[in-house]
Amino acid sequence: MRVMAQMGMVMNLDKCIGCHTCSVTCKQAWTNRAGTEYVWFNNVETRPGQGYPRRYEDQEKWQGGWSLNKRGKLVLKAGGRVKKMLGLFASPVQPELKDYYEPWTYDYKTLIDAPLGDDFPVARPKSLITGKDTKISWSANWDDDLGGAPEMGHLDPIVEKVRRESEAKIQLEFEKTFMFYLPRICEHCLNPSCMASCPSGAIYKRVEDGIVLVDQDKCRGWRQCVTGCPYKKMYFNHKTGKAEKCTFCYPRIEVGLPTVCSETCVGRLRYLGLFLYDADKVTAAASVTDPQELYDAQMDVLLDPHDPAVMAEARAQGIQEDWIDAAQRSPVYALTKVYKVALPLHPEYRTMPMVWYVPPLSPVVDLLKEQGHDAEDHGNLFGAIDALRIPVEYLAELFTAGDADRVTDVLKKLAAMRSYMRGISLGNDPDDSIPSAVGMEGQEMYEMYRLMAIAKYEERYVIPKAHVEQAHDLEELGCSLDFDGGPGMQDTPFGEASGKPTPVAVETFHALRDRQTSDSVSGEESLRGRVNLLNWDGNGTPRGLFPDKRDEPQMSADSPAHSGGRAGPGPYAGGPSASASGASGNPADNDPDALAREEP
Amino acid sequence: MDILLWGVLPYVMMVVLVGGLIWRYRYDQFGWTTRSSQLYESRLLRIGSPVFHFGLLAVIAGHFFGLVIPLSWTRAVGMSQEFYHFNALVVGGIAGVGTLGGILLLIYRRRTTGPVFMATTKNDKSMYIVLTAAIIFGLWTTLASVFLGGEGHNYRETVAPWFRSLFVFQPDVTAMASAPFSFHLHTLVGMLLFTIWPFTRLVHAFTAPLHYLFRPYIVYRSRDKGRTSSAPVRRGWSAVGTRDRDTRHR
Repeated sequence: MRVMAQMGMVMNLDKCIGCHTCSVTCKQAWTNRAGTEYVWFNNVETRPGQGYPRRYEDQEKWQGGWSLNKRGKLVLKAGGRVKKMLGLFASPVQPELKDYYEPWTYDYKTLIDAPLGDDFPVARPKSLITGKDTKISWSANWDDDLGGAPEMGHLDPIVEKVRRESEAKIQLEFEKTFMFYLPRICEHCLNPSCMASCPSGAIYKRVEDGIVLVDQDKCRGWRQCVTGCPYKKMYFNHKTGKAEKCTFCYPRIEVGLPTVCSETCVGRLRYLGLFLYDADKVTAAASVTDPQELYDAQMDVLLDPHDPAVMAEARAQGIQEDWIDAAQRSPVYALTKVYKVALPLHPEYRTMPMVWYVPPLSPVVDLLKEQGHDAEDHGNLFGAIDALRIPVEYLAELFTAGDADRVTDVLKKLAAMRSYMRGISLGNDPDDSIPSAVGMEGQEMYEMYRLMAIAKYEERYVIPKAHVEQAHDLEELGCSLDFDGGPGMQDTPFGEASGKPTPVAVETFHALRDRQTSDSVSGEESLRGRVNLLNWDGNGTPRGLFPDKRDEPQMSADSPAHSGGRAGPGPYAGGPSASASGASGNPADNDPDALAREEP
Repeated sequence: MDILLWGVLPYVMMVVLVGGLIWRYRYDQFGWTTRSSQLYESRLLRIGSPVFHFGLLAVIAGHFFGLVIPLSWTRAVGMSQEFYHFNALVVGGIAGVGTLGGILLLIYRRRTTGPVFMATTKNDKSMYIVLTAAIIFGLWTTLASVFLGGEGHNYRETVAPWFRSLFVFQPDVTAMASAPFSFHLHTLVGMLLFTIWPFTRLVHAFTAPLHYLFRPYIVYRSRDKGRTSSAPVRRGWSAVGTRDRDTRHR
């Protein structure tokens, strides 16, 4: 057993209203750069619908993910190593820009510059690729809210499949009644096929938290990862010639903050937390013959963080105590393995995705409501779930490789929770027959309700911080945590703009919190008894104009003899840097080399 | 003059090539990429690029046989001069024509496809001129010997010994100087190509991912040590917008 930690996400699709806030904030944070105009690390698709890029789920065409060869061995669907190398000069299966969309902006300048005339000036759409006038014909969510309308519904690869297997009569019902939103990010798979496809070996999985990243220096732009990823969440930056992908907002995760998409989700439908898994079992689990058994295999790879044997092994592998604790409190573990309501997206791709989905019950509820039934009654709900084969089959194609019973079980749990909690809210005695109908107990169902419906911030996001003792190893944190009173730029004596650049996540988080929560002008307190020279009128020496001398603090305010520089460690005395600071003052403030010297 | 061209220049070229590659590898890994344009256009690329690249690989193999393997070795295994030349002309000619056709198709595509042309830098344009010239002059040396009659110049007695002598730092300038003009021209343009190589997109050839055949599929890596993303500015991402594309890419 090789225990490894993995950051995971669960999305509760019932709560998604398709507002695209996650997509927009993600784009603003990560892909508002040249070459990534068409890139959405996070996108929200209306299902049924074609998705983004169009029809990405049609793996017969796009060749993403893994498949089993004749001998039952796991191979890349697009071909083995030699075949990939031979296709290096022109990637044989590669989405073009038209499969995503041609990004555009508007000629806003005309609105201001246009000469006086009878007509209102118009901001024409301009292609961000050619810079020329363009006709907008598609985008990342062009079929938003269409939900499989007749013109385009048949283009959804899953609709195609479900239709082939069902009768024409039910098709109509399906198109009328069924629509939901599917927010998608990189799955940060346990068995990533993008990584396996990368000729340069530039894509890696972080040992500490399992986040899959592209080394921008190592990537040579062979683009095989774009083919390899079945979710098409690998993007080619056409300006830099490098592959880019969702980073799971690792700079935020490292300091214990949720990802941007989670933080800004108005529906609060995203959950973040740790999984512990057995890395040795991943390949075998991904090689299970029957695609419908992949779900179970994937669940077996996830380890119980309460199991003493697992805990001992995790400690032996160097996983810190607070990370084990976080894994035990992990909401994603609870939703996937304890309550078993979260399902992986397309397990049949055999990549062991680590972003999970609670399938939506709302289409069923809405239908019951429209037909005048009591949509909170578990009897009605159970009956409807059994009767509405088409929505269930569609969900099954998404989440369980077509195993409709599994989806039914999850939906019944959600229905039971709904019905059970309505009884309690109305002041009735809890009806324990409802939870037991789906194999749960009343208390367990109540806890599930708390996690899913109340969804407190602290319960939704259990993100252990990257360790301070590893701070030097962190890509984002650098050295800013080293001095006393850190982390964050607001602690430097010369205000926010001085000193070395502070990592973006730390700076914005702490500076923002400081501004939002302090009663006084931001930065005032951080001067710590010093004088802002810009406000000094030149008369006398106000208290704090010169730093206090360590042994005679009262004298220093008056004595001009101390004006020759910053003597002594000053307000930071006692911090870890004080021991090495000597006569040069606090090295952490302005001397980058001093920190290097401090390192063992 | 001969000493300058065939005794000094090759070493200048090599110093620039090796030094440039080391410099670029150390300081511009971010710029070290194929800068593929397949996202914009793939119909012509799918024909032109493999034809060009595979043709080029054959051409490189041909150069290896012609320049590195001494005449005496092929004689020793009983290969006649006529047989060798016939092979070199036929195989080399096909590879050369394929390479030339490939690159012409790629240049045509680059010029006529709007987005691809916009993504073409000045650096790319000058590189294409040198690369195409090297291919054309190289093909000329091969074809001239066929169409201009005679059995052609035996470069294995002039160019090849000079080439090998370079590596033992005893350049055989007289041998090279006695080769015909077409060979001189091809060699000079070739040296120019290798000199600019580290500073163009051609560098991607030096990181051909041969290790892919052997590495494990899944790569685990610890968080980077001793690097911060707030490090001093180096080449990186640029801002979005059409203006940016207009100004920097012409």
